Amino acid sequence: MKTLKKYLIVLLAGSALAAQAKLNVVATTADFGALAQAVGGDLVTVTVLAKPTEDPHFVDAKPSYIVRLNRADVLIEGGAELEMGWLPPLLDGSRNAKLAAGQPGHIAIAEGLALLEVPAELDRSKGDLHAKGNPHYMTDPENARHASKRIADGFCAVDAAHKDAYTKNLQAWLKQLDEKLAAWQQQLAPYAGTRVAAFHNSWPYFARRFGLKMDLFLEPKPGIPPSPAQLGVVLETIKREHIKVIVIEPYQSKHMAATVAAQTGATVLAFAQYPGGVKGTEGDYLALQDKLVSSLAAALAAQRGTP
Amino acid sequence: MHRRFLWATVLSAATALAHADPVPADNTSSNLLKEINDLKQRTAQLEKQVRGQPPAAPAPSGRAYMHAGFDVLVNGGWSTTPDVAALQPGDHDPSQRGFSIRNAELALDGTVDPFFKAFANLVFKMSPEEETELELEEAYAQSTALPGGLQLRAGRFFTEFGRQNNQHPHSWAFVDQPLAMNRMFGSDGLRQNGLRLSWLAPTPWYTELLCGVFNGQGGDAFSFRHLGDTDTNGVTRLYGHATTARDLRGVGDLLYVPRLISSCELTEEQTLVLGASAAFGPNDTGVDARTQIYGVDGYWKWKPANAGSGWPFVSFQTELFYRDFCAAADPEASLPEEHLRDWGLYSQVLWGFTRGWVAGLRGEYVTGNTGASAEGNGQRGEAGRISPNATYYFSEFAKLRLQYNYTHYAASDDEQAVWAQLEFMIGAHGAHKF
Repeated sequence: MKTLKKYLIVLLAGSALAAQAKLNVVATTADFGALAQAVGGDLVTVTVLAKPTEDPHFVDAKPSYIVRLNRADVLIEGGAELEMGWLPPLLDGSRNAKLAAGQPGHIAIAEGLALLEVPAELDRSKGDLHAKGNPHYMTDPENARHASKRIADGFCAVDAAHKDAYTKNLQAWLKQLDEKLAAWQQQLAPYAGTRVAAFHNSWPYFARRFGLKMDLFLEPKPGIPPSPAQLGVVLETIKREHIKVIVIEPYQSKHMAATVAAQTGATVLAFAQYPGGVKGTEGDYLALQDKLVSSLAAALAAQRGTP
Repeated sequence: MHRRFLWATVLSAATALAHADPVPADNTSSNLLKEINDLKQRTAQLEKQVRGQPPAAPAPSGRAYMHAGFDVLVNGGWSTTPDVAALQPGDHDPSQRGFSIRNAELALDGTVDPFFKAFANLVFKMSPEEETELELEEAYAQSTALPGGLQLRAGRFFTEFGRQNNQHPHSWAFVDQPLAMNRMFGSDGLRQNGLRLSWLAPTPWYTELLCGVFNGQGGDAFSFRHLGDTDTNGVTRLYGHATTARDLRGVGDLLYVPRLISSCELTEEQTLVLGASAAFGPNDTGVDARTQIYGVDGYWKWKPANAGSGWPFVSFQTELFYRDFCAAADPEASLPEEHLRDWGLYSQVLWGFTRGWVAGLRGEYVTGNTGASAEGNGQRGEAGRISPNATYYFSEFAKLRLQYNYTHYAASDDEQAVWAQLEFMIGAHGAHKF
């Protein structure tokens, strides 16, 4: 009993010290995690719940996540219902008043963003629609700008003592983003108006930013598995419009995309919304976008000229 | 109407311009140029401001004071015995050959205020006689703002004894409830009015300690202050022993349900949850008669790092129960004071082999020691069941399940059954706990 007590005291004291030393940040997905690290630098410890390779709609609400949220000073989540299937029970279990909705420690990134595809009416016959609009908004680097600002505001509110450092980190990151964004837009400019196929409707924000059309999906409706009928439509459309590229994410059926590609000559391109979802981009939002833009540009360039 | 007004405005403006005094001839053009330049600058400034502003916040949607969902389980199938109620003792199990609806559930939840959340479940159950029974299955508030890792729940709810007891039928992996749970908790689980306090321990791995305090009364506290069935002489009996209803004499007469849960991640892709539970309280066979139930449970799940829509996965779940029901002496029925000891377990493995599809296999066993009452022994005999099943999920909101049951009884013939179950839900879909 005595040793247990001692152990508990050490644990409690340890966690108290750690909390003083660094801001304990939990992000639901790896994109927010990467931005939090960029803005927080060595003043924060960042933990990401969803793996960058797993389907963010269906993450298991593991008990260990409750522990992480219980110890967190800040939670960063999308705020657009992407995590609605798993975050609420975790928050209930965490019993951490700092993370309650409306507290400065609860950063919901989508607040203040105008989301695309807000359904006029909620009707599940149209598939798994999100009431607040398409939640995959971080695929647009402009929205990452918004996100990093919200994260910096949150950090400053929770940890005012380090306001200057957070602001400085934010400015440095935004500068990098500006330079990169200009380069990305230039890289994809030759392909303005090009149509690209995808497995799921994850890319409308990316498409809008770079002047692409990414509105042909292997899924007949969001969240509904590809059907033979839909694959027929996709095959026919790809052939008719000479669509060159099908992008798929780590958790989507490669097999299905490969089948379509084999019959049409299109290229299957590994895309990911989350840093780490494509190898070599772990923890770095800019590296991920770099990879996406350059690989897409390369795939479209390579396919140029072929009918 | 609008258009006419617009035209009137344009006309009057034009007239006003036409009648305006001519501008003095000298330095007119330079003044105008200056004004135009001023205006240009102001417009540019305004444009800049507007661009810098965040776009208008989207209209709030999907948020409400209360979320409501309606979930229906439709059973259909056949069994070798027409006495389906005996074969399937669970309250939400198929109740007859052919079709049955034993769980149409209205689930409500919302945030009460800055201090509480609340949940309620109203369940409609149809009897074979087509009568609908409405039950306030759960209605409770749960604290959101207690310090020190504490959380309080108060109202009516399934006690957190083991894994499956507090899961609702639509979350079960099989059509029916495990036999061992029916033996310990009766047909509808251990569900009571009361409160429970939980503490999330400050350990590096997940450890939660819960303690519930309940009335321990009625059919939903089957092994506790529960009268049992009425015999031909109008005497209520449980396992042969006469029972008497009585009020609480003190806090010792309440039902206490402690539970400890711990969890760790074995690897990035494997999670283990272990739990131990107990329930202590008086029963109605005598003034000092008490019941103790103990349980241990385990859950293991593998899901790869690139799982899509939750597939593929493999999970294993098992629960072991032990009960010591101390029945007081019943001199009129010439039954001595005796300890009726029962134990049982179920183990199930699920394999989500491809998106939408899950194959499951469950094995169960339950038995009890031989008591003094022949009737009591009849209700506590040895039984076992093996159940393979397959489930297809159309979406998160609908699934179809097909299950085969082979049930073995030590005291009577073995029975077989095939059940199909369709689930569909509309409205809000609550998130699933792990």
